[in-house]
Amino acid sequence: MANNISVGAAAPGCKKVDPILVADNVTRQFGGLTAVDVAHLEIPRGQITALIGPNGAGKTTLFNLLTGFDKPNTGTWIYDGKNLAGVSSYKVARLGMVRTFQLTKALSLLTVIDNMRLGAQDQPGENFLRSFLKPLWIKYENQITEKADELLKRFKLDAKREDYAAALSGGQRKLLEMARALMSDPKLVMLDEPMAGVNPALTQSLLEHIKDLKKNGTTVLFVEHDMHMVRHISDWVVVMAEGKIVAEGPPALVMKDQAVIDAYLGAHADTDLGTVSIKTIPAKSTKEKK
Amino acid sequence: MDWLAIFNLALGELISPLTAAYILCALGLAVHFGFTGLMNFGQAAFAAVGAYGLAIGILTFSMPTWAAVLFGMACAVVFALILGIPTLRLRADYLAIVTIAAAEIFRYLMLTSGFSDVTGGSAGLSAFNAEFRELNPFPDGNYGFGPFTFREEELWMRIVGWSAVVLAALFVMFVMRSPWGRVLRGIREDEDAVRSLGKNVFAYKLQALIIGGVIAALGGMIFVLNLSNVQPASWGTNFTFMIWTVLLLGGAATILGPIVGGMLFFLLLTLTQSIIGGLVDIGVINFLSPPQVGQVRFLIIGLALMALVIFRPQGIFGNKKEMQFNG
Repeated sequence: MANNISVGAAAPGCKKVDPILVADNVTRQFGGLTAVDVAHLEIPRGQITALIGPNGAGKTTLFNLLTGFDKPNTGTWIYDGKNLAGVSSYKVARLGMVRTFQLTKALSLLTVIDNMRLGAQDQPGENFLRSFLKPLWIKYENQITEKADELLKRFKLDAKREDYAAALSGGQRKLLEMARALMSDPKLVMLDEPMAGVNPALTQSLLEHIKDLKKNGTTVLFVEHDMHMVRHISDWVVVMAEGKIVAEGPPALVMKDQAVIDAYLGAHADTDLGTVSIKTIPAKSTKEKK
Repeated sequence: MDWLAIFNLALGELISPLTAAYILCALGLAVHFGFTGLMNFGQAAFAAVGAYGLAIGILTFSMPTWAAVLFGMACAVVFALILGIPTLRLRADYLAIVTIAAAEIFRYLMLTSGFSDVTGGSAGLSAFNAEFRELNPFPDGNYGFGPFTFREEELWMRIVGWSAVVLAALFVMFVMRSPWGRVLRGIREDEDAVRSLGKNVFAYKLQALIIGGVIAALGGMIFVLNLSNVQPASWGTNFTFMIWTVLLLGGAATILGPIVGGMLFFLLLTLTQSIIGGLVDIGVINFLSPPQVGQVRFLIIGLALMALVIFRPQGIFGNKKEMQFNG
């Protein structure tokens, strides 16, 4: 079926009109287990792509590999024309590919505003020798503080500005981590389960933030179990199972794919899993989040 | 018992050069552990490297004292690089094991007779502070009042030692308030998070190790300038743990903490020594022999520390709010 993201029909590993990230033959083994075995994957630029799949499908491992937090056994991947295989994680982030973590990594004993300031790149005062000369960095510091305050306002965290991040709720930490990632104006944001542990009232505003990112030209790739969210905001869905890409396509199409139903959605294919899991089977949903 | 003499002795300890030396080492450890989260259990080695650097610079290379001080600091930088490059990728607890081993290796290298031409072996080095004494600008005589009365060379030693403390404290305060210090505190909380924000975590940790190490090296120099000799036996693990005690007493992630912690630690150490010793002498405590007093006071201080860590883990100056969430 035709769409404006892939070249030709949507199929696992299909070519995209304008990919920002192209991965080839990426594999990662843990002992005898092949956690990731991706033959070819392209992430469309300027779109919101969801990465879904059952637990243990290798989604987070793939995230770790692409961002340099883990080393693959084989594979290359090209981000915005640059080969990133073997590049260390901090350099990946500097190139504009910034990630968040499944288990939120807010820096708990730093204040919220310091967390935000840390997200900015190229602060000259972060160089040891220049840190002595306040005039060299104070101007930039004021600029990033202003930007941080704007972002905090957008994420409704401005009231918590001076609090330690440890004092925030789990959902607020997710928001802080996302806001912090945006401090560097990334080109590609990779969100690992942005909705996990966020209360339903915050979910809506988080969804809006992610849509805003797209409006501003940022590419978003996110891992999520919440099918409601996937359907609601993603332009493209990639399905992983047992380390491989088993399906790809626009959300409406992928949800009907027999391979996806078999691998992931199962009997719940026609129901809204996101809502069901919260309202009727809470025990199961907490298990899934882990 | 002469209570006045006991208190005079204890008050004198407040500003003794030995206290200043420990405070400098604890300030260095505050940079490592308090601000960056590096579990360095080899701080004695950094102090020893500074002390031996100073003595060897003067005795073997015939350097003037100022050059030997710089030489000692440079040695600490080299030691930090040797220690840090292979180990800073380790997790905190493994780093603790490696640093304690490195400190022992250094001590045994200084102790071995193989290098005794340069290091003095087990006898150590002495007679390196003649020039330091000549630099003393104060004419002969007694200075100060009450418990703080010093001869001219004692005054000179105290002024040098405490100037070093003040400069080091201002230095640490300055850099920790900068964006550079903010990155270090971020690393203390979560390395991976800081890495994901595009910071070269390894380089920052190495810089912190070097800076804390150089400050400790200065402490080692004050220590040996005061004693006028360098002994390998001084730099055992107990030296490191005394520094940890001073740091935790005052508060790990603070500047004032190590300073007040150091003063309080030596005040208590001297007070308990004198009081228990006095009670033994006049026969009130008859189950202890005089040589046992030294051990008993460490026992008491150890218990006090356990109580402190349990009931006030943030130390005297630590931010309660900051510690409340720890764990």
